[in-house]
This record gives sequence, structure tokens and C-alpha cells, in this order.
Amino acid sequence: MTPAGRIRPAREGRRGFLRQALALSGAAGLSGAARAEGDPAILKLPPHSMGLGQPVAARGYGLPSQYESNLQRRQSPGLTRVPQASVSFTPLQGLFGIITPSGLHFERHHQGWWDIDPARHRLMLMGLVRQPKVYTMDDLMRLPAVSRIHFIECGANTGMEWGNAAVPSVQYTHGMLGCCEYTGVRLSTLLEDCGADLKRGKYVLAEGADGASLTRTIAMERALEDAIVAWGMNGEMLRPENGYPLRLVVPGVQGVSWVKWLRRLEVGDAPWDTREEVLHYVDLMPDGMHRQYSSIQECKSVITTPSGGQKLLARGYYDVSGLAWSGRGRVRRVDLSFDGGRNWRGARLEGPVLSKSLTRFNLGWVWDGGPAILQSRAMDETGYVQPQIRQLREVRGTRSIYHNNAIQSWQVAAGGEVSNVQVY
Amino acid sequence: MSRCISLALLLLVAPPALAKDAYPGIGRPALAAEIAAWDIDVRADFKGLPKGSGSVKQGEMVWEAKCASCHGAFGESNAVFPPIAGGVQAADMERGRAAALARPGEQRSTLMKLSQLSTLWDYINRAMPWNAPKTLSADEVYALTAYILSLDKILPEGFVLSDANMAEVQRRLPNRDGMTRAHGLWRARGKPDVAAAACMKDCQVEGRVVSQIPAYARGDHGDLAAQNRLVGPVRGIAALAGATPAEARVAQVRSLAERSGCLACHAAKSRIIGPSLAEIAAKYRLDDGAEARLALKVKNGGQGAWGSIPMPPHAQLEDGEVRDLVRWVLTSD
Repeated sequence: MTPAGRIRPAREGRRGFLRQALALSGAAGLSGAARAEGDPAILKLPPHSMGLGQPVAARGYGLPSQYESNLQRRQSPGLTRVPQASVSFTPLQGLFGIITPSGLHFERHHQGWWDIDPARHRLMLMGLVRQPKVYTMDDLMRLPAVSRIHFIECGANTGMEWGNAAVPSVQYTHGMLGCCEYTGVRLSTLLEDCGADLKRGKYVLAEGADGASLTRTIAMERALEDAIVAWGMNGEMLRPENGYPLRLVVPGVQGVSWVKWLRRLEVGDAPWDTREEVLHYVDLMPDGMHRQYSSIQECKSVITTPSGGQKLLARGYYDVSGLAWSGRGRVRRVDLSFDGGRNWRGARLEGPVLSKSLTRFNLGWVWDGGPAILQSRAMDETGYVQPQIRQLREVRGTRSIYHNNAIQSWQVAAGGEVSNVQVY
Repeated sequence: MSRCISLALLLLVAPPALAKDAYPGIGRPALAAEIAAWDIDVRADFKGLPKGSGSVKQGEMVWEAKCASCHGAFGESNAVFPPIAGGVQAADMERGRAAALARPGEQRSTLMKLSQLSTLWDYINRAMPWNAPKTLSADEVYALTAYILSLDKILPEGFVLSDANMAEVQRRLPNRDGMTRAHGLWRARGKPDVAAAACMKDCQVEGRVVSQIPAYARGDHGDLAAQNRLVGPVRGIAALAGATPAEARVAQVRSLAERSGCLACHAAKSRIIGPSLAEIAAKYRLDDGAEARLALKVKNGGQGAWGSIPMPPHAQLEDGEVRDLVRWVLTSD
């Protein structure tokens, strides 16, 4: 409930007050406001209480409520010039828990996406193997399957923020991030089935079936550890935008290695130095050297509620909530600061806390109506602590594009408006 | 020890080694022709490079026909994709490092970054041209590679690039020594390069805001009010910071139109499925009764005024919302 008495009169007099009251009512609605005569949402019965509702199977594939249509994956204007080689961002500002709804999952395509006929899709495994093999989807889906929850983060997530605060909301600062339950066969099972030469074969090349035929080198240690050749995503088949019917899942590693529309795996004795390993997904250091094969998504976190571009409804209690993750394992701890990093309090980790997965954290906070700077700082099971942007810049400068896992700062202004800032 | 016991021991201690065919009936051997059809990768050591050759001159012709429209005549264009050529100095070729990469603010080109010649060849071969990948012959790929290298004078005009001299040309690449794998983000147990501490109380911070979204950029990502849920602890802020009440009102209605699905069929100026907003405004602006008629159409659906595709009803909209939407459409230009 938002007692009307808490709407603070604006200083410029009655007109200003009215404007602010209107703005507030436009933003928050008066639905919850106590009126002398009572709340019309209670007193006047709505049509849904007095009529016949929709039948079953009115929509064969269910859709979100019409009132949820604000939450969409969106492009960042001006980031790319060609929509087929672009990114759309997950609306993290409106999501709960750790699972990303498939329809809101971020997209990153290099040469457009396709909806591939699964009956005609093939996976070839070759190179340093005893028996090169071809698998149909029928073949793959008969093999022993595993289901695992993992996050996927584009290496360039938060890349726009290396030099300065650049984009207004968490959708654009951190939205190249998702977390799903993937179902598929372990890559190690396929490598065994073909008799991979593990003595000489230290690397696996993964190749997509799309126009880009995107290729990435996966180190054999990772391929054997926990990589999955997946067809399932959140209980159904992968979405076309996410690689239907087959993609690679490389837990803890940046998204570009999770090759979509996977058509071929080759075992080899040296890395390939593909375009995505030489010209892109290389991190430029201040001395002009590029770090190649930067892959691990290090421990990182961000507060999603409240976050940039939002406005707090009124003073009082808030369950500040966000996401933490690490490409090196489980999240051990998340601390929150409300004063720009001077003092910190431990947040509650919501279960399950899984390895190389998103972890939801929450912490109660009473907003007194004054300015504040909110930050979250995660620590993973290796003891690694998420750094400040200043610490990252001291080592990597501001031009490396990739792997920005800095602590995010959200400034809450006296009026409740939250904005993206960077603090030292 | 009896054979029986040693076999039992072996079964106990040995890892569950898979029999030669642990999954009978799954998959089949790949045929040589199938492998040849898909095994197109060319590795840094040129493993996989097919025989062939192409000259700078031939490359220029293919370039003009198939590449220049996106990349510019000299690979300099930044309009569709980042530039391919530019920023490379003769001294870089001596040194093996593109000096411009160390200078902040320099536009980075492909040839500035390229450390492996195989990468350029492989990528053109698998992914170019943009809208017709894998349609170039091996000779065309050699020719295009040669032409691109000539743009920054890495190869002279008369050069013929072939499988026989790729390794030699590799040694001329300006940034051939510009990559390092000596960092902690590659190997699973790599050591992080930044070590932060988890201080909890009275931590050393300046507490200074060093960067924030500039006022002029606040509306860059559209109306954030329309990108946030309508209930909960927060709302999105109105798109247009410092907008007049009238502007704010327009943004609000526009966001209503976006939420209600209007803009999926009606664009501002171009036809998608239904007529553009500007077309509707032009047709009905001076028609006094139009507002009421259009409101009914929005609410109940309609067909025929602009063609045979019907507009679905929008019964969920309140009368006030419909009025706002119709007035907004009628003032579109």
C-alpha cells in the first residue's frame, strides 16, 4: 500500500505538486491507494469476477500475460549496423530466480539465424578419432542424456562500460546473459564413441551449420569435463535463435564457444586460430597486445532490482535482488553495499547454488528517501572476489571490450530514480 | 592368484572403460566424401589449406563484384562493417606488431589485428560473401586474400598468392606477434590477473562518481517505462528526460501502442501489415467523425478500408486508452 500522504509536495507550489502527483499516478497507479470511500478495485467487481473466462487450449502454446509485454529482448541502438550480425539483450530487470525464459533469452548471431529441419540435421565427429562418425538427431537423442543448469554469458557482456557508464539499464549493461536447463549428451560420450585419440588430440573444433559456420577451439580438458552437445533447453527443444536443433554447451566459458546449429566436431593437436579467435573475442591490452583465447567468465554479479532506468515507488522496505555467477564454479558469497562501497552486508543466497550457474541473491533494505549507491560483490568457491572497475582498468585498460566483470554501481537519487554510474 | 580373482580385481579397479561399441546402432561411419564436403577449416599451421592461387588483380575484380558494396572499394568502409584495411605502417611489418593498437582512440582494422593469415583465408572461404557464403572457389579466396593484403601494401600489386607461399606471406603480417595466450582466462585452472579483497567495513573508497550517463543519452534506449513491468517495487523511468508534459504524454501513448501490439502491424511511415500511421493520419485528419469511428475499429476490429487483411479487435483496451491511441495516430506525420 502506498499512503497518499507519502507523496511529497513539490517545492514549486500547487501546479508542480499536481504535475508530480500525476506523474506518480501515471507511474505507480492509484490502484493500491487508500481512498476514503474504499478501493474501487475491491468495491467494483471486475469483469473477470462476473463473467465466463477463456476455455482450455485457447492458445495451444501459452503466452505471457498481455500486461507483461514490456519485457522484451531488445537491441542496443547504434551498437551494430547489421541486424543479422547483432545482439539482443535479456530483460534482466524483470526476471525472477535463475532460469531465463527461452523467449527472452539474449541472441547473438554472426550471420543471421535459421530454423533448421531437425530430420535433415547431421553432426559429424572426425579428426584424430579411431572412427569418424555421422549422427542424426535420432541417434543423438538415443544416447544417455544429462540435464544441467548453466549460465551463458557473451564475452562482450558489459563491454560497453569499459570506458565509462554508457547504457541506461541492466538489460543493456548485463543482458547478454542467460541461464537455462540444457539437456543433451555429454561431449565426452561422443568422443569416446568415436575413439578420440586423447594422447594427441588436445583440442576440439566446434563448427556451426549456419552461413557463418562459426568455429571455436575447445580445449580437450573442458570438452571432457562438462561440455554437453545439447538439444534441450528449459524442458523443450532449443529455440531456433539459440541453435535449434543442436548446440554446444561449454559451462563457464563465454557464449561464442557454445556453437549453435552445431554440425561438426573435429579433434586436433593444435588450436585453430579461427576468426573468432584472432580478429574478435581477443582482449586488447594497453600495450597493444591482444589476449587470445580468453574464455573463462570470471565471477560477477549485478543487482537487478532496483537497477538503472527504474524508479523506486516510495520510501520503505525493498528486497534488493540480483544475480551472481562464476565460470570457475559455485558462488560462495555475495555482499551488498548501499554507500558506494564503504560498508558491506552479506546477502541471502537463494537456492539452488549450482556450479557455473546463475545464483539469485536478495537482501532487505529500507530506503529512507535519500541518495544511495548500490553495489553487489560476489565471491566464488575459489576465493576470487569480483573486482572494482578501477582495479580491472589498472590491469587491462579500457579498450579490451571483453570480460568486464566489474562491480556495478546503481545510484539512487533522492527522488527514487536509479541510474548507471561508475564510482572510484 | 586365480584368473577368476584377477579378472574380478581388474573389474573393480579399472575405470568403466567402454567396450569398443558401447552404443550399438547409434551413428554410422562418416564417408570420405562427406568428410571432404564439411572439413573446410584451415588451421594456423595451414593444415587444411587447399591447392590454388590468385593474384591481387584477380582479387580486385572479385572484390568489386562481391565485396565492395559492404566493405568499400578499398576495404576502408566503416558503414556496414568495421574497416578491413587501414592503420598499418611499413614499420609494423618489420616489427610484427601493429603500433596503432597501442594508441587509444585508433579505429581498429582487420589488417591491424590479423596475426594469422590462415584466419583471413578460412573466414572468407567459409562465411563470405555475407549473403552467399561458401560460394567462392579456392582460387577466388586466394585472390581476395591477396587483394585485401595489397590494400595496406603488405603485398605488391603484381603478387600471386598460393598454397605454396602462404607461409612466407604469414611472416610479413604487421601484427603477427600481437597475440598472447599468457593469461589466466584460457586454461580451466588459469590464475586471475586481478586480486580484489572482500573488505566489509570502512573500506577505502573515494566515493566519487567518475562516470554517469550523460543527459543527452538518457533517451538513447527508448522509453524505459515501456521496458519495465507495470507492477512491483519499481517502474521504468519516462523515456524523455526533461520532456515537456506534452512530449511526455506522447511518449506514454507511444509506449501504450507498443505494449498493445499496434506497432507490430503499423509503422510510422512504411507499410508493414497494416497502413502506416502517417497514411491513416493523412486520410482521416480532417474528418470530424473519424475519431469515434476509428475508436470503434480499434476496439472491435475492422477490415476493408486498407485491404483485405483484417485488424483484430482490441477488447482489452480501456475506452480512454483507445481515445488516446486514436488521437495520437491522427496527429502522426
